[in-house]
Amino acid sequence: MSIEKSVDNGAVLTDEMVRAESIVKRFGHLTVLDGVDLFVKRKQVVVIIGPSGSGKTTLLRCINHLEKIDSGRIFIEGQLVGYREVNGRVVEDKEATIAHMRSQIGFVFQRFNLFPHLTALENVIEAPIHVLHQSKAEVTERAMELLRKVGLSEKAHVYPHKLSGGQQQRVAIARALAMNPKLMLFDEATSALDPELVGDVLKVMRQLAEEGMTMVVVTHEMGFARDVADHIIFMDKAVIVEQGTPEQIFDHAENERTRTFLGMIL
Amino acid sequence: MFHWDVVGHYLFSGLFLGAAWITLWISVVAQTCGVIIGLFLSLMRLSRFPFLSWPARFYVWIFRGSPLLVQILILYFGIPEIFPSLVPYITVYSAALIAFSLNEGAYMSEIIRAGITSVDAGQMEAAKSLGMRFSLAMRRIVLPQAARVIIPPLGNEFNNMLKTTSLASVIGLFELTYTAQVYGSQSFIIFELLIVATFYYLILTTLWGYIQNWIENRMDPDRETKAELQAKKGWSERMFGFGPTRTSDAGTLVSRGR
Repeated sequence: MSIEKSVDNGAVLTDEMVRAESIVKRFGHLTVLDGVDLFVKRKQVVVIIGPSGSGKTTLLRCINHLEKIDSGRIFIEGQLVGYREVNGRVVEDKEATIAHMRSQIGFVFQRFNLFPHLTALENVIEAPIHVLHQSKAEVTERAMELLRKVGLSEKAHVYPHKLSGGQQQRVAIARALAMNPKLMLFDEATSALDPELVGDVLKVMRQLAEEGMTMVVVTHEMGFARDVADHIIFMDKAVIVEQGTPEQIFDHAENERTRTFLGMIL
Repeated sequence: MFHWDVVGHYLFSGLFLGAAWITLWISVVAQTCGVIIGLFLSLMRLSRFPFLSWPARFYVWIFRGSPLLVQILILYFGIPEIFPSLVPYITVYSAALIAFSLNEGAYMSEIIRAGITSVDAGQMEAAKSLGMRFSLAMRRIVLPQAARVIIPPLGNEFNNMLKTTSLASVIGLFELTYTAQVYGSQSFIIFELLIVATFYYLILTTLWGYIQNWIENRMDPDRETKAELQAKKGWSERMFGFGPTRTSDAGTLVSRGR
């Protein structure tokens, strides 16, 4: 039984955004994802929590194929991610196909990864101009709008090394949003920040969630998880241990490991 | 008996100006080709496919592991013997240019590889996450950052190249060294003419030193700040690192820009 892309395109009509089925990922002998399933609905905010080394970041990176997977399948709006089936065998997709898929998914890194040789504004307009081939004037206007939205319009012409961590991360979010993504992935977006700078970034993420952006967020910010998440996933040792609404996880966790983790962190 | 008047006579002669010109353009062309070859070699070398990385390793091994002088001689005398059909294409110019370019390519590939690997891997990831393909990410994101690491050793390479062209004298290319040798040995003024040649080498390398400085300053992200500091210093402090610090507000002229 082969899964054709066309068959699964029915998902576009449903509210399915991400569907991951029994993902296995190994680094050498170490299994970092051991049969993980994930389902994200359109406009849903899914927050993944768990101790470090539990595989949450790897799961996130697999969604836009920054990591290859060893088995399992990931679909975005019903489209297989990173691979295609040829005569029943799964092979890696062409670079152009993968790039096109990634252009629709925003990714925010823990270490920001702004382009240091470009100003904040240039960081934001780079990909829309050179990947989506949009006109510079139009993109610049939209980019200024986005920088205003993240509260940094006055920093448009400043280079990243003159910005604080929180400011850099907000530029990075604007940069991802400039591509008009249908899905945003946040990989511990506030973990590298000084405590007093975390709030500004979370505020922007909160606002995005309110606007109906579909988001998958890996974070250690439990307050944010409780307030903003529609669905919480707790991962430990390469598997999903427990998932549910914030109330279920934070107030009525059934699994001992979940309770222990939350007990340590809250 | 050393004849200073002979030095003076030849110093600004058309003969040596022409020879200096040949030295210069051979260097520029060979260096440019070397950078292009080196760029491709370094990308091959960094590839995860062995059928790309191994040929690049082999190339670098050959050209860094054998003397340039031998490479020039093989290209000029050996290649026409192995491939007689190439005889019309192998002139002193083409042989020198090809040998210098190929050799320089090997050295540049190592320099460019170091530059590329100095760029944080997160940069490539960020570019990819925005939908960029490898080639676009390389061109727009990674190489511009690698350039800052590549430019200083590249400057050294070109300085070297200006002097290395003298090796082409063995196949009779009339650059500075060969010109001095040929005209000097005819009338027993070889040392005088070598002094003249040295003068031109120094002129070329000194000019290049200034250009290199200018390029490196332009690439410095903090150049505005530094320019302000520089402008506040007196000339002796700028040149020797000590001296009275000027108190005038000369810096304001610079800081007003942008």
